[in-house]
Amino acid sequence: MNNRTKKFIRNKAIHFIVLMLAVAIFSFILLELSPIDPVNAYLKQAVVSPEQRMILEQYWGVNQPLTTKVWGWLVNLLQGNLGTSLIYRVPVVDVIIERFMASFVLMAISWVISGLIGFGLGVVAGKNKGGWIDKAVKVYCYVLQSAPSFWIGLVILIIFSVELGWFPIGMSVAIGTLNTDATIWQWLARLVLPTLTLSLVGVAPIAMYTRNELVNVLSTDYILFARARGESGWPLIERQALRNILLPALTLQFQNFAELFGGAVLVEQVFSYPGIGQTAVAAGLKSDVTLLLGIVLVSAVFVFVGNTLADVMYYFVDPRIRENESFDKN
Amino acid sequence: MENDLLTVQNVSISFTQYVQGLQQHILKVISDLSLSVKEGEVVAILGSSGSGKSLLAHAILGILPENGQCDGTISFKGEVLTQEKKEELRGEHICLIPQSVNFLDPLMKVREQAIGDVKDEEKEKALKHQKEIFEKYGLAEEVGDMYPFELSGGMARKVLLSTALLSDPELVVADEPTPGLDQASVNETINDIKRLAQEGKGVLLITHEIDVALKTADRIAIFYSGYVIEINKAENFNDVNKLLHPYTKSLIEALPRNGFKLTSGVQPLEEVDGCPYFENCPIRSDICQNNKPDLIDHNGIMIRCHNFDKEVN
Repeated sequence: MNNRTKKFIRNKAIHFIVLMLAVAIFSFILLELSPIDPVNAYLKQAVVSPEQRMILEQYWGVNQPLTTKVWGWLVNLLQGNLGTSLIYRVPVVDVIIERFMASFVLMAISWVISGLIGFGLGVVAGKNKGGWIDKAVKVYCYVLQSAPSFWIGLVILIIFSVELGWFPIGMSVAIGTLNTDATIWQWLARLVLPTLTLSLVGVAPIAMYTRNELVNVLSTDYILFARARGESGWPLIERQALRNILLPALTLQFQNFAELFGGAVLVEQVFSYPGIGQTAVAAGLKSDVTLLLGIVLVSAVFVFVGNTLADVMYYFVDPRIRENESFDKN
Repeated sequence: MENDLLTVQNVSISFTQYVQGLQQHILKVISDLSLSVKEGEVVAILGSSGSGKSLLAHAILGILPENGQCDGTISFKGEVLTQEKKEELRGEHICLIPQSVNFLDPLMKVREQAIGDVKDEEKEKALKHQKEIFEKYGLAEEVGDMYPFELSGGMARKVLLSTALLSDPELVVADEPTPGLDQASVNETINDIKRLAQEGKGVLLITHEIDVALKTADRIAIFYSGYVIEINKAENFNDVNKLLHPYTKSLIEALPRNGFKLTSGVQPLEEVDGCPYFENCPIRSDICQNNKPDLIDHNGIMIRCHNFDKEVN
């Protein structure tokens, strides 16, 4: 490991710690300022005497000063204790791990599919700039980009589940079956439609971006020179252009982690897919403060990982960045 | 003109632009350009930078942008070049030496770019040839492993030159090969280009540097406001009296060694009815205002002026 890599890791680590501290503190304060009252959320409108209420408030430390609360939260957080979920009655960590795994499968497959198809469509459109393929891809992208993802989800649900009846309408397992009893096929069948929706939506930004990048690259001097030397058509694009658009496209795709997460929240809700997104909505609606805070932290980590991977990718793919290292050493 | 390698006849290059919505505007960059390059000859096109000279190079290679229109005929060895013919010849028989390192793919090693897109079975041969050419132009072997951003200015120029010459072309179009180079590199470039001519290749040198044109070329075409106004032998540029066009004369007289005589005035940007040099011409007459002079042959010198012989007398 050389100095540059060490420096990179050190900077990223500092960046990560500061980010997590800020997210932890500010999200806690925001929830504190919100009208959510944990005691009310716990009681769910049950009638209790003021004395009982006082005992509960004291137990949770509702009336402590804000600084004490934040400090307590941070200390617990450092010990890995995210508290207990109000709606599931199990540790928040357990809920998040289970739900996140389900979402992760959904997001990972959509991410790969949308990346590959989006990049492919972008290259085809960019190469045939102004042609009918280009126009078709553009129309597709504009429509998908402007349509909300939950609406696309509903349309897909109507077509494939209601009209064609190919896939179940919702839930990760059939009603009446336990999660653990579901076969892998039942589970896969319920994964198809949310994945399809997320992939369709994810195609638009990467395709448009790749198209524009390719159009730009094709008008550069080095492509002009390559053409002047007799290269043309697909071999020219494959040899010279792809390399130059792959990097920005990869970066964009990694940075899309945040949007992927946002899209998953809506899509999971539409398909009642028991992932982290649906859990976040449930936690919000049912005032499950501890679970909500846990999900906020996990999503921050998720987005941070996406951006870091994009940086690392640049480091390995672009010779201009990689080779700088040797100048540092000298 | 039997032994002409390249013949350019009455070539005009224009661009269609959209100004304010759907209103079209045709921008003429090169008008009625004629010249020829023989085997073993260096012909320079000398004109101010940004005047569109490079477009002639692009037109010869068939790489004008889509909205560019090229009229007139370009022939190679007596055969008229169509777009298909250009695509067939470029890279093999006609090669371009580009201006700068920007013409190399930033993410590809120099060696890969130099050999171009070759089939796997021919790759070994191409690599061997590339090594020879690099050596001939004084490039170390490890330069092949470098990326364009690692090249120095002089190295980049040699790489561009050897890349263009790898296929052993008959005609070389050098588009501004010297800007931003130090004097030693400029001299080296001049010698390299002269050497190409000695090897029997025809060279079309496009430049805005008078000295480079004078030292390198056999004949020089003066490019003014989109027109070639005079094509004269390089040695005649040592004697103002042997030059015919008033613009060429003032250009040469403005050189430091010839007394720095400056003439004011700028080249017209818009298409004019008469002679493009009318506004600034010391020997203009009434005919020049509304009648465009043609490029005519005067004892082997091509000249575009109504009054040049009147002034000579």
